[in-house]
Amino acid sequence: MKKTLFLFALIAFVSNVHSQEKYFTKAGKLGFDATVPKSPENIDAINKAALCVLDTKTGDIQFSCLMKGFEFERALMMEHFNENYAESDKYPKTVFKGVVTNNTSINYSKDGTYSAKVKGQMTMHGETKEVETEGKIISKSGKIQVLANFNLVFADYKIVIPQLVADKLAKTAKISVDCLLEPLKK
Amino acid sequence: MKQLLLNGFAILILSIISLNSFAQDVDLLDLVEDKTPKKEIVKNAFKSIRVINGHSMEFLSPGTMDFRILHRFGPLNQGTKNFFGLDQASMRLGFDFGILQNLQIGVGRSTFKKELDGYIKYAPIRQATGAHAFPATIAFVAGMTMNTLDFADPTVTNYFSSRLAYYFQTIIGRKFSEGLTLQLSPTMVHNNLVPLSTQPNDVYSLGLGGRLKMSKRMAFTWDYYYLINGIEDDVNYNPLSIGVDIETGGHVFQLHVSNAVGMNERAFITETTSSWENFDIRMGFNLSRIFQIKKHKK
Repeated sequence: MKKTLFLFALIAFVSNVHSQEKYFTKAGKLGFDATVPKSPENIDAINKAALCVLDTKTGDIQFSCLMKGFEFERALMMEHFNENYAESDKYPKTVFKGVVTNNTSINYSKDGTYSAKVKGQMTMHGETKEVETEGKIISKSGKIQVLANFNLVFADYKIVIPQLVADKLAKTAKISVDCLLEPLKK
Repeated sequence: MKQLLLNGFAILILSIISLNSFAQDVDLLDLVEDKTPKKEIVKNAFKSIRVINGHSMEFLSPGTMDFRILHRFGPLNQGTKNFFGLDQASMRLGFDFGILQNLQIGVGRSTFKKELDGYIKYAPIRQATGAHAFPATIAFVAGMTMNTLDFADPTVTNYFSSRLAYYFQTIIGRKFSEGLTLQLSPTMVHNNLVPLSTQPNDVYSLGLGGRLKMSKRMAFTWDYYYLINGIEDDVNYNPLSIGVDIETGGHVFQLHVSNAVGMNERAFITETTSSWENFDIRMGFNLSRIFQIKKHKK
């Protein structure tokens, strides 16, 4: 009995370490669009260097990106984004830590498109807020693509939009996520 | 009893292990994050490429053009008769172009002496943090001005070169914090022709400029040039300008009071003929609008 229990514990421990299937990217794409409908000025940017790590066993999914990594079409917009809104020198990073809540219904080892529900905490501009969204997880030949869209309310993160630019800059931003993850070998 | 205790112990270990694998605060990002610091150039030391009159340590982004409209009104101390100077205005139109992150050129024309001016500004070293950090920006400016007024005395032989003046400047600037930026700018102005034989052709000066940010969109600025030579009592003075920068999204307004009228280096350094004494100063503004000429590829 003693031996069996010990073996069982050992197996559980070993499998816990080695059966974890982690996938990652350092070149995830995060899109940002805060254009006011009908406004001639497009306020959108893309960050092509977001980090994303997914643990397929537990469903843990985490993202992080540097605010200065958002590229705008206009240099001045990028400057204002960093200096006046995101305050990138003070808060350089945005981090999301969450879980795929329906992780058990996704078969990562089988190619296919699965809908995924993700819930977690996002920390941006020094504020942490709950974020919940639905996205897609596409498993294809050993790689996993994560796709999602959600809205972000600037006021939730204490980012103030002055009245002066209210007709150009929306109060909510559309965020799009597109990350192609590869197996993490450790 | 012993068996029971062992069983309990094993279950405890198991539960710790399973808890560990489901813990919420696992830092997966830590596994892939690049921890080496990267070089990052310090930006937004000033809201604009000019402190007020003089060049700032700031550069335009490549592919942008800064269209600048500058006004200097009449003397403030003339009172209501001249609407505190607003009845008269001297102006300069300027176009500045960002070529590289650290290279900028510009041209302008002032109504004062119908003067054209142009410059090239280059920074071999810029203030940066992270790897290869450097505490200050060092920039060089070389410029030229051309007076296009008719010659004062057409009866004598006049040379085209008499219209020209040159200036050379080094800017050493540092953004100490989000709120405070200071810069020193030793400047030499060479006038090919000076009105009086007592006046030197080469005037050396030291510029002291700075910014104190009051809010995200407003800053207090000052721009002073101390003339090492070339000051004649009751003729010319050291130019001092004090102002406020207001950023409105698309525009930057620089509102100020100054004893200088000129809006290029030659004019405001060597030809500031009124003094802060008796409030012989004037209101003025710089309006800057940045256009993106070459769109950034996304």
